[in-house]
Amino acid sequence: MKGARVWRVAILVACVALLEVLCLTGVIDKLTMQPPHRMAVDLVNMLVSGSLNGAIAKTLGNAAVAFVAAVVLGVFGAIIIHRLRRVRDTLEPLFATYYAIPVFAFYPMLIIVFGLNAAPQIFIGAMLGVVAVIVNTLNGLDRVPNVLLKTARIQQMGARETAWRITLPYAAPYILTGAKLAVAYSLIGIIGAEFIMSNGGMGYEISFAYNNFDNKTMYPLILLILIVSVSINMLFARWEKSILARRGLR
Amino acid sequence: MNRRTSILRNTLTLLVAVVVLWQLLYWMVGDVALRSPAQTLEFTLRFVTTEQFAGHLAETARAFGMALVLAVVIGLGIGFTLGGHRFLGEVFEPMLIALYSIPKITLYPILLLAFGLGISSKVAFGTIHGVIPIALFTINAVRNVRAVHLKTGKVMALSPLDMVTRIIFPSALPEIFAGLRIGFSLTLIGTLLGEMFASQRGLGFLLMSAIGLHNVDLIMTLTLLLTLFAGTASVILLAINQRLRSRMSA
Repeated sequence: MKGARVWRVAILVACVALLEVLCLTGVIDKLTMQPPHRMAVDLVNMLVSGSLNGAIAKTLGNAAVAFVAAVVLGVFGAIIIHRLRRVRDTLEPLFATYYAIPVFAFYPMLIIVFGLNAAPQIFIGAMLGVVAVIVNTLNGLDRVPNVLLKTARIQQMGARETAWRITLPYAAPYILTGAKLAVAYSLIGIIGAEFIMSNGGMGYEISFAYNNFDNKTMYPLILLILIVSVSINMLFARWEKSILARRGLR
Repeated sequence: MNRRTSILRNTLTLLVAVVVLWQLLYWMVGDVALRSPAQTLEFTLRFVTTEQFAGHLAETARAFGMALVLAVVIGLGIGFTLGGHRFLGEVFEPMLIALYSIPKITLYPILLLAFGLGISSKVAFGTIHGVIPIALFTINAVRNVRAVHLKTGKVMALSPLDMVTRIIFPSALPEIFAGLRIGFSLTLIGTLLGEMFASQRGLGFLLMSAIGLHNVDLIMTLTLLLTLFAGTASVILLAINQRLRSRMSA
């Protein structure tokens, strides 16, 4: 296990070094990509100067709202759907198709309904994430052992107490899997919407920088988004692992 | 048999529900942002016979086909290699999971700079969306092949190729197929997103320009067509998937 981690880090470092060499020797020209060390320096400069902090805060804030909405709605939706067998069967084909539907096509309609502000972007982000949460929560609820449910009945717990004390804690690792996907989807929703039509935010700044060949702004922003999403994901993964470890499952 | 009729029935119920919801939404939102199901159907029937549509459809079909073939071949290749090799799997699987979780939409400017404004950047965008789930599912599927089957193969002194084609592949097929189903959806959405942001041709480009011109008829029509295509394909793949699984457990 430890050997694997060392190798992983080594491979990552080698990839970055290779990129650095290719950029510095001019195999990848400057207009295509900057050497990685420049990106890091530019990122630090950008954050220190604070020129884009407004855009960064806006995008990450909206993504956080979309993420919370997706998780809350997804978990509640899954609890309800789980009790209604017929509804669940009917929704099954929708869940299977959902991620092939270009949700961004609904963005113009949402702008007309909500106006050109943060609401339509948050709506798209939450809409993308919610199904991942529902599907994974359902998966978790399916696995709750019967004996726990029986215990709940013996203790004469109501439906709400059963969900709060038994089924949801049991399904927590699966809900976390859904939450991890929802992080990525809420970022995709917000940034994609900003690419298409918006008046600010990281997606807007990235496409503006791209159109102006402004790699000094574009790459640090992309790097920042990747760092944020990967670190949040690792955090959730660690949490998931510790829950499973406590149960002696891993 | 029972299974298949239930999928059909569920899909039909879902379709009716969606059309009813759509009509209700149309009454609420009005003509500015939405068309009724009947109007959309009428426009669609007129639109699909035009030459403009045929050209864009052919372009998208070509890009999607290439991306899908690449995603499947590369995904299966990675999956079999990492699934069959314990240490390699331990090193690379967490990296794949991390890659799966990043919002790939932010990478589009980099792909554009690397591949240019042609079909190759769309294909690349579709492929990177589809390849990782296929690889991850295949890794798990190959790992879960029953040890007794592998031992039987070894006893019979099968060559590595025979081992894959006669033992691992048939036994891992249901789970691999589940990965292919998800890979299919994600490759489609990836190709379309690539076309939306980085192309001059194809249905995604058409959708993007319709959004820009606020051509509601065209937005609705394209969304309907893409959803119908993705939905039909998903339901068929889901049915095959369930059949494979029930044959395995039988």
